[in-house]
Amino acid sequence: MRVVGIETSCDETGVAIYDSARGLLAHALHSQVALHAEYGGVVPELASRDHVRKVLPLLRQVMNQADTRPDDIGGVAYTAGPGLAGALLVGAAVGRSLAWAWGVPAVAVHHMEGHLLAPMLEDDPPAFPFVALLVSGGHTQLVRVDGVGRYTILGESLDDAAGEAFDKTAKLLGLGYPGGPALARLAQRGDPKRFHFPRPMTNRPGLDFSFSGLKTFAVNSLQMQGGDDQTRADIARAFQDAVVDTLAIKCRRALQQTGLERLVVSGGVSANTALRERLGRIAGEEGAQVFYPRLEFCTDNGAMIAYAGCRRVQAGQAEPLAFFATPRWPLDVLAPP
Amino acid sequence: MEILIPHEDEMLALGARLAQACGHSGAIIFLHGELGAGKTTLVRGFLRGLGHAGKVKSPTYTLVEPYEIGQRHIYHFDLYRLAGPQELEYLGIRDFLEKNAIFLVEWPERGAHYLPPPDIEVHIDYAGSERVVRFEPRTVAGKNAVLQLGSNP
Repeated sequence: MRVVGIETSCDETGVAIYDSARGLLAHALHSQVALHAEYGGVVPELASRDHVRKVLPLLRQVMNQADTRPDDIGGVAYTAGPGLAGALLVGAAVGRSLAWAWGVPAVAVHHMEGHLLAPMLEDDPPAFPFVALLVSGGHTQLVRVDGVGRYTILGESLDDAAGEAFDKTAKLLGLGYPGGPALARLAQRGDPKRFHFPRPMTNRPGLDFSFSGLKTFAVNSLQMQGGDDQTRADIARAFQDAVVDTLAIKCRRALQQTGLERLVVSGGVSANTALRERLGRIAGEEGAQVFYPRLEFCTDNGAMIAYAGCRRVQAGQAEPLAFFATPRWPLDVLAPP
Repeated sequence: MEILIPHEDEMLALGARLAQACGHSGAIIFLHGELGAGKTTLVRGFLRGLGHAGKVKSPTYTLVEPYEIGQRHIYHFDLYRLAGPQELEYLGIRDFLEKNAIFLVEWPERGAHYLPPPDIEVHIDYAGSERVVRFEPRTVAGKNAVLQLGSNP
């Protein structure tokens, strides 16, 4: 069965076709980063309008690439939340209408379920159950995944997401916004011994995170020490070490607490080299294996929505004719298909 | 009125006192200060002061986080990522403002002309690792709240 997946929850338009027998057939992504860059943020209305412009051309593109005609399609999946309401509504309206026009089931997919299942698109996918760490600009969560739709949130950020802390600290260091990757580059020339940042919430039990204090620590260090180049690099290094250490400590704890042996890491921050090295090491010590989706599927994409949708359509799930968007949608209310 | 805040705990306590000082009416409070100054910490204290026990997530990503505590509605806005003030219209700002709620707005300058005038403007400035918090009332209700805050340390 072939399922079209449409992702429009934030500032990327993604469309893909997944085949239950042959795997991912085609995927295409339009990033709005350049569109929003001049504003230094995401513009909700601009995002919606750009999704409107891009979603159908991208659909035609993947249909051609996958040599697929409407008759071949067995279902249409779209991201229904969480995300920006206007942006979500574009994908939901287009996805639901296509499914109606083609006479196939439509499935509303939870954006984070897409991320959790993204490693299933790889050649060597993890078996259920596994622990997943989702780290991006909008989310920091540890989730136990027992199967499609069977998610238990083990811990999450109580304030800033890890990626948000990276972006804001980068801004404080004069690296622009968002500047997480630039901060990681600056950290390479930093002295790891000059500053020591706290590892928030690691000295007490539990799997929740808190990253806003690290931003404050960076501000205070900058205020006290001045902002010469080397000091900024040293602060970047201390900050990154603290985030990586904290994430690694919690991942180790999650593996120990659940007794599971597979760790999936996804989200934009999972591209961070220092984090990957560190997680590789702790997984080795815990006798666990780490799985990453390929880099382009660590960030928002249509392929993960097509995959999650395909699993749900195959299980017989179908939405009524009305479509909806749910900007706030807790992950743990989902049910198996 | 200016208050020196040596530590995060005092910022939380100040937020709780501000919540008490606002009483039971609605209020619009602008929060000014650089990244890392402690705006969200003040809001966390404010919400806890009203009895909120759950998380206080940064609204930077979602732009607004709503809270319902007892009969009260509190909206925590963070306009940092807002490109232009007219974007507030697309967020449905008018629907929010119709309610008799408390609005705590970070980076309000990014919503200039689309936000109603505040009752109180709060400025948080760095002083080394400490912070100086300045309260500027802008309405009669705001003035009463700041007086209340000052008389009840």
